[in-house]
Amino acid sequence: MKNTEKEKYERPVIKKVEAGMPNKFGLRTEYQPMTHIDGVSVHELAERFGSPLFVISEKTIRDTYAHAKRAFTLRYPKVQFAWSYKTNYLNAVCHVFHQEGSWAEVVSGFEYDKAIANGVNGKKIIFNGPDKSDADIEKAIKNDSLLHIDHLDEMYMVIDIAEKLKKKPRVAIRVNMDTGIYPMWDRFGFNYETGQAWDALNKIMFSGKLELTGLHCHIGTFMLAPYAYATAAYKLADLAIALEKKFNHSIKYIDLGGGFPSKNTLKGSFLPGKDANPGIDEFAEAISTALINSFSNPDKLPLLILETGRALVDDAGYLISSVIANKRLSSGKRATIIDAGVNIMFTSFWYDHKITPAQPFTHYTEDTVVYGPLCMNIDVIRENVSLPLLNKGDKIVIHQVGAYNMTQWMQFITLRPRIVIIDLDRTPHLIRESETNNTLTDLELVPEHLKKFEL
Amino acid sequence: MKISKNVSISENGFIFNPTTGESFTVNPIGVEIINFLKENKTEADIKKQLLDKYNTDSATIEKDYYDFMHMLKASNLLDTSAE
Amino acid sequence: MKKKYCIAVTGLNAIDSPGPGIPVIRGIRDSLLFDSRIIGFAYESLEPGIYMHDVVDKTYQIPYPSSGTDSLLERLNYIHSVEKIDIIIPNFDAELYSFIKLEKTLNSMGIKLFLPTMEQFEERHKVNLPAFGKKYGIKVPFSREIFNISDIFGLTRDFTYPIVVKGKYYDAYIAYSAEQAQAYFNKIAAKWGLPIVIQEFIKGTEYNVTGLGDGKGNTIAAVAMRKQYITDKGKAWGGITIEDNDLLGITHNFLSKTKWRGGFELEMMKSSKNEYYLLEINPRIPAWIYLAVGAGQNIPEALVRLALGEEVEPYKAYTIGKMFIRYSWDMIVDIDEFQKISTVGEL
Repeated sequence: MKNTEKEKYERPVIKKVEAGMPNKFGLRTEYQPMTHIDGVSVHELAERFGSPLFVISEKTIRDTYAHAKRAFTLRYPKVQFAWSYKTNYLNAVCHVFHQEGSWAEVVSGFEYDKAIANGVNGKKIIFNGPDKSDADIEKAIKNDSLLHIDHLDEMYMVIDIAEKLKKKPRVAIRVNMDTGIYPMWDRFGFNYETGQAWDALNKIMFSGKLELTGLHCHIGTFMLAPYAYATAAYKLADLAIALEKKFNHSIKYIDLGGGFPSKNTLKGSFLPGKDANPGIDEFAEAISTALINSFSNPDKLPLLILETGRALVDDAGYLISSVIANKRLSSGKRATIIDAGVNIMFTSFWYDHKITPAQPFTHYTEDTVVYGPLCMNIDVIRENVSLPLLNKGDKIVIHQVGAYNMTQWMQFITLRPRIVIIDLDRTPHLIRESETNNTLTDLELVPEHLKKFEL
Repeated sequence: MKISKNVSISENGFIFNPTTGESFTVNPIGVEIINFLKENKTEADIKKQLLDKYNTDSATIEKDYYDFMHMLKASNLLDTSAE
Repeated sequence: MKKKYCIAVTGLNAIDSPGPGIPVIRGIRDSLLFDSRIIGFAYESLEPGIYMHDVVDKTYQIPYPSSGTDSLLERLNYIHSVEKIDIIIPNFDAELYSFIKLEKTLNSMGIKLFLPTMEQFEERHKVNLPAFGKKYGIKVPFSREIFNISDIFGLTRDFTYPIVVKGKYYDAYIAYSAEQAQAYFNKIAAKWGLPIVIQEFIKGTEYNVTGLGDGKGNTIAAVAMRKQYITDKGKAWGGITIEDNDLLGITHNFLSKTKWRGGFELEMMKSSKNEYYLLEINPRIPAWIYLAVGAGQNIPEALVRLALGEEVEPYKAYTIGKMFIRYSWDMIVDIDEFQKISTVGEL
């Protein structure tokens, strides 16, 4: 029988005092419990919607967006964000960004259709990616979307289809380049240094069939060096100025893609991401300075488009999970098993996600490995984290899971859980139902001869 | 199970084992259990006292007590000769 | 009556690869201008300074930099509520980032620091040294950063062995083969994370300069030293002050161009052609700082005064031929003290 009159239980622990080892045992520091997300109780959310549960904070999205927008508009007169669908294409999330004024940036026919279905004006959809089918291109041309050409094969496809439709599509090319960072992404688009990009631009201009509206690049992901964006901006500006000189043609926009980091901590990083990763202002400063320095006429500055995904949504996502069990490994190390696995937490392969208990705890901790519930050895959420003493059934909150997890997750061993968004009035709304067996088995067929068996 | 005789434990949970030269820290409930052991209380008695005092169930106490004793043993703090 | 300041100092690890905390405190204690109460900030329970009660008045454990500025600030808030700290002097490279980030917040609490700016701190980073050398016209060995152990095999395009394998914050090893370089890569990456810096090996004699910049381009102090005895960890066990106008010229140039704020150490290599290469800029006071004090330039004292906002007259000279010889000393400590720092994090 549990009785609230009694003292709060904490399991007994013993820790060896070792020289040369961090001994935080007695320190009254560390972190605070996270009992509420945007004012809504974590325990109540789990009770009402189940566990595990993804929770998205609308307020955090809007605040982060406003901050990013201000960072750029303070420094550069014409700025447009385009929501990167692949980062999180839950319709509710896309709608928040579109309400804020974001265009859509998509990389497949599937994402393109999603944006159209979300009500985005075709003229405000940027179509990136190396795989666009004839049908995709036709659709995009009819809707007057911005086609970002990735390779020459695609360029000729677009010219063909444009001739057939008797339309002059608005296009940009994707440029890859050396920005002084490693690894250099050269698999997408046309290379700057080898002159490929300039060749492609010349082909477009001479064809007369395409309306060259912009220049695009996307130099990498989780970039920690703002200067690399300055380099990219200088190189794109260089191409724009060359076009101006040779063809007297001015492009409308420069699209610097995405790749800004969130505040997550990359594995192998000494300092936590919250302290070490550059903020959006530093990127805004580097990019704006480079663009303003490049163009001589302030009235003819191109529109700056940003396809920032991760930096705008990562911090807004939380995953509530429950402790299934605690066990002791043969090495003596503590292991805690939770009900959320790597199949829905893809990013635990890259980050040391911050984990906070959702109920009060003392300052006593144990070094713990956090396992997911899958019967698979790779299912590790944190390899080593100093956690307060959790009991079975306790809730934890995993932070900064808003980017990529809800698009790269997979159904594996377990079904995918629900997702809620908490609105500005602190009301949670269900935005994706959990899967059922039927979600999957409805897609399956068993041939007649396999149907019967006896055991 | 008994705690080795010469092992000393302070109020704030610092344990020094003079035989091995090793030191340990334990949390308050750990201090309680070690003191019970030093008073030669039986296992059943200790578990009952904990269950009376704390807001938990006997399965949790059972499991955590077993784990804690295992850790004490692995830390060479238990006197196994008496058994 | 002299004024008394509460000064907190880190780097109490006066071990075989010593932190600068204890010699910094000695310099402060030598001051005739002010009195001080010294608060030690320790990370580990066996840092010798914790137990040196005639040097450190009281020690508090603080969280590792890797646990983030939030937990550091929370701990500092608590300590400040008890001690009313006037000045903090951080002495570890790895913690400087956090303290620089917190400088404004700490100032608003009434705590003063005298540290390089974030730009200065980042710019002089090992990783950025080639660009730094180019910008300020200082010769540096060729180097590049690598993130992946497999990159080591591609190094022969730009380097010939031996090479120097360096950690982001600490540790440097000379590798004579790719296999050795790989072993050092793993060793350093496990401790200090990525990237790892690969640096051209320059053969020659090492010289060091420690000094203090006022943040306006002026040299407040500068003392040059040659290591006389180096331990197997590459640390000076003995050294002597020298007179070398080239070295001091490079130092003045460095300070006037970067407008460096705070203490620093320049690690220089003099090649067989008598050219100086800058190997590293340590953005803090070095462990051998008491030699500078002994030679007539009390850098810790001057740093405290700069932190307080006082005008400090630059030191113009120091005694040439002063030596330091380090020695080790076994303290006898009662287990009660070890227990106290281990359980409550204060002593």
